[in-house]
Amino acid sequence: MTLDVAAVRARFPIFDRQIDGQALVYLDSANTSQKPAEVIDSMAEFMRHGYAPINRSAYRLAAEATDAFEGARTKVARFINAPRVHEVVFTKNATESLNLVAFAWGRANLQAGDAVVLTHMEHHANIVPWHMLAAERGIELRWVPLTADGELDLTDLPRLLDGARVFSFTAMSNVLGTITPVAELCRAAHAAGAIAIVDGCQYVPHNVTDVQAWDADFLAFSSHKMCGPSGIGVLWGREALLDAMPPFLGGGNMIADVRLDGFTCAELPAKFEAGTPPIVEAVGLGAAVDFLSCIGMGEVRRHEMQVAAYALRSLTERFGDDITIHGPTDVEHRGATFSFAFRGIHPHDLSQVLDQRNVCVRAGHHCAKPLMRILGAPATARASFYVYNDEREVDVLADALDSATDIFGF
Amino acid sequence: MPGLDDLYREIILDHYRSPRNRGELPPPAAHAVGHNPLCGDEIEVYLDVDDQGLVADIKVGGQGCSISQSSASMMSQAVKGRPISEVRALVHRFKSMMSIEEPSDDPSVQNVKLGDLEALQGVVKFPVRIKCAVLAWNTLTEALDQATA
Repeated sequence: MTLDVAAVRARFPIFDRQIDGQALVYLDSANTSQKPAEVIDSMAEFMRHGYAPINRSAYRLAAEATDAFEGARTKVARFINAPRVHEVVFTKNATESLNLVAFAWGRANLQAGDAVVLTHMEHHANIVPWHMLAAERGIELRWVPLTADGELDLTDLPRLLDGARVFSFTAMSNVLGTITPVAELCRAAHAAGAIAIVDGCQYVPHNVTDVQAWDADFLAFSSHKMCGPSGIGVLWGREALLDAMPPFLGGGNMIADVRLDGFTCAELPAKFEAGTPPIVEAVGLGAAVDFLSCIGMGEVRRHEMQVAAYALRSLTERFGDDITIHGPTDVEHRGATFSFAFRGIHPHDLSQVLDQRNVCVRAGHHCAKPLMRILGAPATARASFYVYNDEREVDVLADALDSATDIFGF
Repeated sequence: MPGLDDLYREIILDHYRSPRNRGELPPPAAHAVGHNPLCGDEIEVYLDVDDQGLVADIKVGGQGCSISQSSASMMSQAVKGRPISEVRALVHRFKSMMSIEEPSDDPSVQNVKLGDLEALQGVVKFPVRIKCAVLAWNTLTEALDQATA
């Protein structure tokens, strides 16, 4: 069975918009995804008729708003198969989720000389907090290198993990599209006595996620890449770890008691949700989870594998050596995110030319400068496909690429 | 929407294909490096200022898109052999053409000729690219400050 992309696409009002009479070919979902009417309407409806503070007022409207907010938490927990709903913490985005773990868990557990293992394909959000902690605590950072095909080179993993306290890695590269063997990496981390932190920002929107099957310790992801609104992200963590951690931000909502001489933390998840949270955004995220679950994440993945296989085949057949697509060639090991070099044309110029045809791609270093240095490319163009994209748009991209040669064909 | 012809003028593509004054200068030449953190473009400027306050030599390095690289190439041609005061006036003229600085009332600035650099005027219609065009000029300013410190 193939996904009815036209029916999915029809749920996204933005695709009604034409620029210069041309349809929108949105190939930048690895950056941020578009929003279906279900998400937009749920947020508008909540603000029109249901908005109130949560967790702190006795009146019915506030109780309803609290139910809507906590209902979103339950949906998210089910979506990633979290064993306990209160293990789901709402943050601002995946970046904040990763910072929360690095600083709250890291400061309580890491000392000078302790090792944290990362990989060469991490986003800055899973690098810079550890650099900051290294400057503060004197921890050692170790790096899992890549194979020529853009997968993790696990040959030396046991040695890298030896004595390490943390292994923090992406489940899917935002540059290469590589999907990493998360369960295997979690197992290796645990065998070495390290905790496993998964950056699921690129993976969760496109795949079935099961934190229990992975046996992960923490998972970070963002709402805005999975059809939900910006401004809210998720940190899931094992109850025992979250319970043992100090809080990250202090303020209202996260306390059980505050005295002149100190404070006592609230229970999970409030302990990590200081201040008024993104209430409307949580409702929108809940609607996004419902929207994706209705399609089925297995279906989403199957569809994207099909588009990825078509893109790899057709672009390579059409352009041969004129195009270099980074990352794995086997769609079992990658998502539908493609960084590429084309006929020596600078990615910035390429994306400018593609924009003439209303084709939206990202050009730049994708917040992964260490990886870009390894690739030997200061910048790449990146086309990323989602549940609302299809093979036809691969062809539009290819035609638009060809038109760039008219200007830069030298 | 403005057409790509406004942006990718032939003279720009010519400087992109065959950049002028590429290379490095040994110390004591001033040396500044500019980055565009959004897109990863990079420009290096090496600047020799002689006793009379003239730009005796300039070399440009780095990598980036056609706009950033051609702007650097044209800039290097425009400033070579010129007195520092004129170079600073040229920087101001260029930035006001890019609409990021107010045009100067000073006739000595107004009278500075942009020459080939006029070809970059079309960049203003593509606001995202203004940063690309200006990168070399900010890096030049940094090198000038070093050379005259």
